[in-house]
Amino acid sequence: MDSSSTHLFAARPGPARRAESAVAWIFRIATYLILACGLFVFADIIWKGAPTVLRSFALTESFPYVTNTFLFEAPETLHVFTYEGEKRELGDTAYRAFREAEIAKAAAAGQPAPRFTPTSYVYAAGGIWPCIVGTVLLVVGSMFIALSLGVASAIYLSEYARDTAFVRFIRLAILNLAGVPSIVFGLFGFAMFVLFFKWNVSLLAGWFTLAFMVLPVVITASEEALKSVPKGFREGSLALGATKWQTIRKNVLPYALPGILTSSILGIARVAGETAPIMFTAAYVVRDKLPWEVEKVGDFFFQGVMALPYHIYVVSSKIPQNDYTQRVQYGTAFVFLGIVALIAASSIILRNKLRGRYKW
Amino acid sequence: METASSAAPLKRSLAQPPSSSDASGDSTLIDIQNLDFYYGAKQALFDINLRIPDKRVTAFIGPSGCGKSTLLRCLNRMNDLIDGTAVKRGTIKVRGVDIYGRTVDPIELRKRVGMVFQKSNPFPKSIYENITYGLRIQGVNNKTRLDEVVEKSLRGAALWDEVKDRLHESGLGLSGGQQQRLCIARTIAVEPEIILMDEPCSALDPIATAKVEELIHELKKQFTIIIVTHSMQQAARCSDRTAFFYMGKLIEFDETRNIFMNPKNPQTEAYVSGRFG
Repeated sequence: MDSSSTHLFAARPGPARRAESAVAWIFRIATYLILACGLFVFADIIWKGAPTVLRSFALTESFPYVTNTFLFEAPETLHVFTYEGEKRELGDTAYRAFREAEIAKAAAAGQPAPRFTPTSYVYAAGGIWPCIVGTVLLVVGSMFIALSLGVASAIYLSEYARDTAFVRFIRLAILNLAGVPSIVFGLFGFAMFVLFFKWNVSLLAGWFTLAFMVLPVVITASEEALKSVPKGFREGSLALGATKWQTIRKNVLPYALPGILTSSILGIARVAGETAPIMFTAAYVVRDKLPWEVEKVGDFFFQGVMALPYHIYVVSSKIPQNDYTQRVQYGTAFVFLGIVALIAASSIILRNKLRGRYKW
Repeated sequence: METASSAAPLKRSLAQPPSSSDASGDSTLIDIQNLDFYYGAKQALFDINLRIPDKRVTAFIGPSGCGKSTLLRCLNRMNDLIDGTAVKRGTIKVRGVDIYGRTVDPIELRKRVGMVFQKSNPFPKSIYENITYGLRIQGVNNKTRLDEVVEKSLRGAALWDEVKDRLHESGLGLSGGQQQRLCIARTIAVEPEIILMDEPCSALDPIATAKVEELIHELKKQFTIIIVTHSMQQAARCSDRTAFFYMGKLIEFDETRNIFMNPKNPQTEAYVSGRFG
C-alpha cells in the first residue's frame, strides 16, 4: 500500500471537490429540514391531540361496555360553573339534567331555586362523531364518482381516442384543472350543484364538487397506469380474436389497477382534507341528526353533513379561543390524521396485494 | 431512387410465383394482389402480388424496414391498430374473401388468423389461463373442454412435459423459449387456420430456436404458417416458400430451395449471399 499521494489515482483536493461535497450537503440538509418540519407538525398534533382522545374513554352500561366520548358523541356546548365551592365542567345535556335535578331538589326541600351562572363554551364538550361520519361519507361517495368517471375517461383517452389536436386539448384542459384552487371548485359546486341543480347544501353536491376536484389527478394517473401496461398484452389479446373491450377488461385494466389505486390514495387524502370545496356545498357547522336518521331514503343524498376539516376550521377560527376549544382542535386534527392514515394504509395494502398478483 | 433499377427485375420475378406454385400443385390460401399500403403519407408496401399456399411454411425475408412485418400484420389486420394506416389499393383474399372488405369483422378474422409476436408476450396470468384466454373470450367456460384444450395445445407446442405440473403458476416464470412456445400454444388453442409468426426466434438462444423450428415443422401439418425472419438460415431450414422483400417491394418469391440455391434476381442473390442487408 502506497501511503504517499503520488500514485495515479490519488485524490486531488481543490475548490471543485469542496463545491462537490457542499452541494451534496445542501441537498441533504434541505431534505432533513423538510423531514424535521413534517415531524414537528405531526408530533405537535399527536402530543396535543392524543390526550383528548385517550382521556375520553368511558364505561357504558350495555355492550360494548366501553366507549370514547370524544369519538362517538356529538359536539356540545360546555358549561363551566362553580357549585358548592367546586368547579364543574358539564356538557349541555348533562348540565340541563343537573340543573333540573337541583331545582327539583330545592323545590322538594322548600328552598328557593338555585341560580347557576355558567360560562359557556360552544363545541367544547362532547365529541366529533358526526364529523367523522360526514367525512367518511364524503370520501366514499366522491371517490366512487371520481373513480368511475375518471377511469372511464382515462380508458377513453388512452385506449380509444386517436391522437388528434382536440384530444390533446382535452388532456391539457384536464392538467390545468389540477391547478385550479380548491375554493374555485367550491364556488363552482355552489353555483352548479347547489343553486342550478337545486340540490341545496347536500351530500350529493359535496360528492360531485370533491369528485371534480380530484378528477384531474385520477384521470392523469390512471392514464399513466394504463399506458404502462405493455403493448404486447393488448396485441396478444387482439390477435386471439378478443374485442377491444374484452382486451381492456381482461388484459389491461387488471394490470393497471395498482397504479390507479395509487392515484386514488392521493385523491382520498385530498378529498378528506379539503375544506374549501365543501364549505359552500356540503358542510354544516353543526347538525344534531346523524346522516342515517332520515325520513325517506332519498333524503339521504340531500342533507348536509358535518365534516372533520370544516369542524377544525370552525372551532379554530370562527369561535372565541380558549383552552377548551384548543382541546377540541387538536383532538379533531389527531383523529383526522388517523383516519387519513388508515385509508391510505388500506389502499396501499390492497395495491401491494394486486401488484403481487400481476407482475411482469 | 432504386425504383428504376428494381422495376425491371421485379416484373420478371413476379411472373414466377404463380407458375411455380401451380407447378407444385399447392392450393392457394392467401391471394395478395396489387397491394399498396401506407403509414400516413408514407408508402410502406408497393404493389405486392403474392400467393401463399395452404399447409405450407412461407418465410418472408429481407433487410430491416423492407415491409415484411408490415405485410404480415396486414394479413390479420393488426395494422388497423395503428393510426393513419391504410390499404390504398389492391386486395388480400383469404379463401377467396377480401379481408379488407367492408363486411369483414377483424375480430372474426383474427380468430382464424393467429399471430405469434417477436417479443414473447405471455399474459401475467397462469399458464392455464394463458392458454384458455382465447376460448374464454369466446364464451367457452366448460372446465372439461378447457382442460382438454390446454393439454392438446401444450402438447401441440411441445411444452406439455415441461409445464404439466405447474399449469397454475405464472406464465412469466417460464424461460424465454418456453414463453414463446406458450404463446404458440395459446395461439393454436383457438384453432386458427393460419399462424403468423413475426420473428418468433429473434430473442431466443440457439437451443430454444431449434425447438421452435422443430415445432414449426410439426405445426405445418395442421396450419398454414407464415414466418418473418431475419435469419436466412432459419428461412432455409424451416420454410417451403420464401419471399424476399426489399424497400417495400416483393423482389422474388419462389420455392425456398430456389431462392437460396438459384435466385433469379440479382438483389436476392446479393442478399442471400450476405453481400448487403
